[in-house]
Amino acid sequence: MEEADAAAVSRALSGDRDAFRVLVERHSRNVFRLAFRMTGNEQDAEDVVQVTFMRAWRSLASFGSQAGFGTWLHRIAANYSLDIIRQRKRRDGKREVSYPDGADILESIPGDAPGPERLAHSKRLRLAVRAAMEELTAQERTAFVLRHFEGLSIEEIGANLGTGTNATKHSIFRAVQKLRRALEPVAGVAR
Amino acid sequence: MNHLSEEQLVWHYYGEAVDGAEEHLDSCRECREELRRLQMVLNAVSAAGEAERGPDYGAEVWSRLRLTGHPGRRSRFSWRWLSWRKPVILAPLLAGLVAAAFFVGQRYPARDQGPTPASAQANVRERILLVAVGDHLDRSQTVLAELSHASPEGAKFDISYEQKAAGDLLDANRLYRQTAQRTGDAAVADILDDLERVLVEIANGPATVTPEHLEALQRRIHDQGLLFKVRVMGTQVKQRGRIHDAPENTKSL
Repeated sequence: MEEADAAAVSRALSGDRDAFRVLVERHSRNVFRLAFRMTGNEQDAEDVVQVTFMRAWRSLASFGSQAGFGTWLHRIAANYSLDIIRQRKRRDGKREVSYPDGADILESIPGDAPGPERLAHSKRLRLAVRAAMEELTAQERTAFVLRHFEGLSIEEIGANLGTGTNATKHSIFRAVQKLRRALEPVAGVAR
Repeated sequence: MNHLSEEQLVWHYYGEAVDGAEEHLDSCRECREELRRLQMVLNAVSAAGEAERGPDYGAEVWSRLRLTGHPGRRSRFSWRWLSWRKPVILAPLLAGLVAAAFFVGQRYPARDQGPTPASAQANVRERILLVAVGDHLDRSQTVLAELSHASPEGAKFDISYEQKAAGDLLDANRLYRQTAQRTGDAAVADILDDLERVLVEIANGPATVTPEHLEALQRRIHDQGLLFKVRVMGTQVKQRGRIHDAPENTKSL
């Protein structure tokens, strides 16, 4: 994949737009997935995809093939998602996390409960996860998504965020701590 | 016995080397239980955080981008639509298209006469127009999105690219707004009117702005819900364009 990407980048740099189309078609779904995980919102994720490829095109000449095109794209997408999250937090201010009604009751519902109960549980859990993710700082959220979903190393995440190893690890750990505190009652984790 | 800390359990979960963790977990039921609880929460996060797009998504994204010029040369970048740089060329072309669609739509509005050649032709023209407006809204959306979420790192922020794009979009926007007003499509006209005010502000403002200026611009876009409105209207207009594929559906803009 990376060799094919490098060849396509090389052709795109010489003005071959079809080569860039191949890259867009190959990576769009992954960029969307990352953007959705980071922003938690489909429309914002769509914006991230558009702007990511626009920025990638503009700065393709500065792409260093040592990182891999997908990684490079993810970095652009993660940075832009980070901007969106920061903007959103600045606009909305600090909000209270509002868990779905009856979160405690969910503890009594087993994870493999059948039918409507299971569906209701999944839905409430999804809402609770979204609310809990919203409570993370932009840096915590980015670091967590890049580690938990994208499987990036601490060093790669630090490079994305411009933070050192300790700060990066701290962000991930803080994110996990906050998620645990918020979600354990909803996920039916008995203590 | 010292139990594993929460942080050690987290790094163990993520496969980072934690000295003695494996051995400790083998012999400590309490820590195994703590790890199980951590796994349950993080597995729930994994299951809840997904949204997928279909296999054609990449092609859809590409159709909205439409790049021209050479990559990495900012001044020469533009979308295919925006590559019609001179309003002097752009305006008559658009006006011709809009006027033809408007005229034919007025002249042959009958929906019950079946797909006569004239109505079919009108249908095609109107579909082209709807597709063009949909594309215009897509491009406007991208400019608004980029400005809306920009975070200036220094004392000044360069928006010259967005300014150029806004200037080019403005010419098309005026024509589409006037057409929508003439044909009585108030919803489209209102959105284009709101959009035009912001495009004017971007196009005629400084190419390098202060963080305060940018924030004011962002507040304006956000307070009006403009990005959301443009996005929704873009989707609706494109859907209408697709409906026009059916010969019995003939609507004006």
